[in-house]
Amino acid sequence: MSQPSISKSMTIGESGLAVVFAVTAFLCVIASAKALDAPFAFHAALSAAASLAAVFVIINRYLDRPAALPPQEINGRPNYNMGPIKFSSFMAMFWGIAGFLVGLIIASQLAWPALNFDLPWTSFGRLRPLHTSAVIFAFGGNVLIATSFYVVQKSCRARLAGDLAPWFVVVGYNFFILIAGTGYLLGVTQSKEYAEPEWYADLWLTIVWVAYLLVFLATVIKRKEPHIFVANWFYLAFIVTIAVLHLGNNPALPVSVFGSKSYIAWGGIQDAMFQWWYGHNAVGFFLTAGFLAIMYYFIPKRAERPIYSYRLSIIHFWALIFLYIWAGPHHLHYTALPDWTQTLGMTFSIMLWMPSWGGMINGLMTLSGAWDKLRTDPVLRMLVVSVAFYGMSTFEGPMMSIKVVNSLSHYTDWTIGHVHSGALGWVGFVSFGALYCLVPWAWNRKGLYSLKLVNWHFWVATLGIVLYISAMWVSGILQGLMWRAYTSLGFLEYSFIETVEAMHPFYIIRAAGGGLFLIGALIMAYNLWMTVRVGEQEVQMPVALQPAE
Amino acid sequence: MSFWTRHQVFEKNSIILVVGILLVVAIGGLVEITPLFYLKSTIEKVDGVRPYTPLELAGRNVYVREGCYLCHSQMIRPLRDEVERYGHFSLAAESMFDHPFQWGSKRTGPDLARVGAKYSDDWHVTHLTNPRAIVPQSVMPGYPFLGKNEVDPDAIADHMRTLRTVGVPYTDDQIANAGADMKAQADPDSAGGDAFTKRYAKAAVRNFDGKPGTPTEMDALIAYLQMLGTLVDFKIYNEKANLR
Repeated sequence: MSQPSISKSMTIGESGLAVVFAVTAFLCVIASAKALDAPFAFHAALSAAASLAAVFVIINRYLDRPAALPPQEINGRPNYNMGPIKFSSFMAMFWGIAGFLVGLIIASQLAWPALNFDLPWTSFGRLRPLHTSAVIFAFGGNVLIATSFYVVQKSCRARLAGDLAPWFVVVGYNFFILIAGTGYLLGVTQSKEYAEPEWYADLWLTIVWVAYLLVFLATVIKRKEPHIFVANWFYLAFIVTIAVLHLGNNPALPVSVFGSKSYIAWGGIQDAMFQWWYGHNAVGFFLTAGFLAIMYYFIPKRAERPIYSYRLSIIHFWALIFLYIWAGPHHLHYTALPDWTQTLGMTFSIMLWMPSWGGMINGLMTLSGAWDKLRTDPVLRMLVVSVAFYGMSTFEGPMMSIKVVNSLSHYTDWTIGHVHSGALGWVGFVSFGALYCLVPWAWNRKGLYSLKLVNWHFWVATLGIVLYISAMWVSGILQGLMWRAYTSLGFLEYSFIETVEAMHPFYIIRAAGGGLFLIGALIMAYNLWMTVRVGEQEVQMPVALQPAE
Repeated sequence: MSFWTRHQVFEKNSIILVVGILLVVAIGGLVEITPLFYLKSTIEKVDGVRPYTPLELAGRNVYVREGCYLCHSQMIRPLRDEVERYGHFSLAAESMFDHPFQWGSKRTGPDLARVGAKYSDDWHVTHLTNPRAIVPQSVMPGYPFLGKNEVDPDAIADHMRTLRTVGVPYTDDQIANAGADMKAQADPDSAGGDAFTKRYAKAAVRNFDGKPGTPTEMDALIAYLQMLGTLVDFKIYNEKANLR
């Protein structure tokens, strides 16, 4: 190592984090030894090992690095920090495939129950949260973190704030996923849908999430552009609101600090309302606002067209975040929740249709003048089709929130179909499109390894989605109608089990659709892997590009 | 100054933007959630609802752990077919001591809000061990391991104490006798049965899994299932008194 001119010393961040992790490792060893249940002992041991590894990595990184930290700019160009983005992109692809695979397994279990194997850790009830968390928080979350760290740097023309902080965010977040996921398999859950992780995982996520907000905000604050780019509004709304929702829905009292079990502070009706205030806005802010941010950066960039209407983006941004929060009670129609709350929830859900379509129109119309690119660029096609799915789901959602419609659709597979047209079509495709753009950019490659494979991915996955959602529409509406069918003598026509039996063919079709979607993702993973491995290096341009006006 | 120019204050100041977002997203939740804590009409006044017995609580924790709520709702809606299929629609009061609530969102299997006393204990043991032994078309996983796992009578008092802190009205008496009550409920021959039923109205004392010895998770889960929806006596429940 060449001797630098300035003397080398640990930054406050490096020494501070190393000490904090060393103390954490010690505490976790004690917690593991005193644990009341096996899963808690396992998680404490895992945390101790991870903390020790963190101390080692921090010190090793310090010993290897030059005395000066990476410069903010090189030759007048921002020195972008791509490391954490690469890590998160890789993890997104990894968790995506894992999550789709678990989805395929549980879909098959519903068609062929023998696949539960009658073991605790392979039964549907434990694997289903693993599937939802893996696709939403592990796959979706890593896509959001990777793209937000990229977009905020590029649109602010500033290097990501912090030296270790961005790494703390990406690695810490994935460690949260590991704790949550292994916990589900071991039966550690607080049973609140999409908020299943127990108290200690929730605490850890809170720390990571605050760090995420700080890194993002600090990068926005040191921007070189006077305006904050639209995509960053959406990312900020996503980060800030998810923090609020997480804190509101999860206050729990552990039975012991050395055990995994806790009891939630809210009970009955209030717990139900908090849960679906959280649950629906996990959709609204995690799966919508965050991914709209992706739309607002990647579609204009890929199509090389400006955003269709800046004013529409202002209106639909504020309207969307204001209205979404009210929509939760539509998950509780006709329940013991008071009628006034249900009616409010329904009303705002219907109004929500408008700002949602505002976003869709803004995304689609960005293509005006560049529609021909859909023929030649399968990545752009994926992005645009995702927006079309977004439009479809955000029409279907308000419709299903109408109480009469909901009385039929609720508790059936129609809900599952609706969720997946949004999750596979919108979130999945916009994520795939973004990763297809991001990987060559972050690894500095001229382009993707193969556009032909992207085309294959697109069609295989689209076919999968169509099979999936149409099977669920039919089975959901069929089951809803069978439950309420009466004979001419006024008796209920079908027993419950007859309606279960009627679902069988649709469950097979659904599993086939999910299988195709998984195959598409495998094609993608191969394509991205080859892009990184054998892709041609992009030649760095010597001068700064003009910012888009 | 036009609206669009004014909006630049958000576009140019990240902190103002963050504060703006926080204010805008706070409104809906505050309006919808806060009144549920103080409006008296939110939860009906009903006789009979009581906290779970130690054994039922342990069973409920098994129900939560195995993710039963992912396929079974516990919320009967006031719709003709549901009331005929499952029984009286669910009251808010019936889940007022539920931390967390288990209303569910999907019925891959039937609603369980009033499954209590609908089937025999034997039926449940066979069905939970191998659902297809009783219902050939069922897609439910089997839970044969529940009969092998024992529940821990010494640990349950801490759970009840925690629940009391978050608002479940367990008495000192109930907490002090938690372990003994747990064993007593699963053993009809024990001496503690009478004291136990005094502490928990309408609680069933049976050997739920039909096997002697320390209560198993099978005992606990069946005790929980068999009490679901049985606490309120709808023969004497006055609906009109609770019109809201």
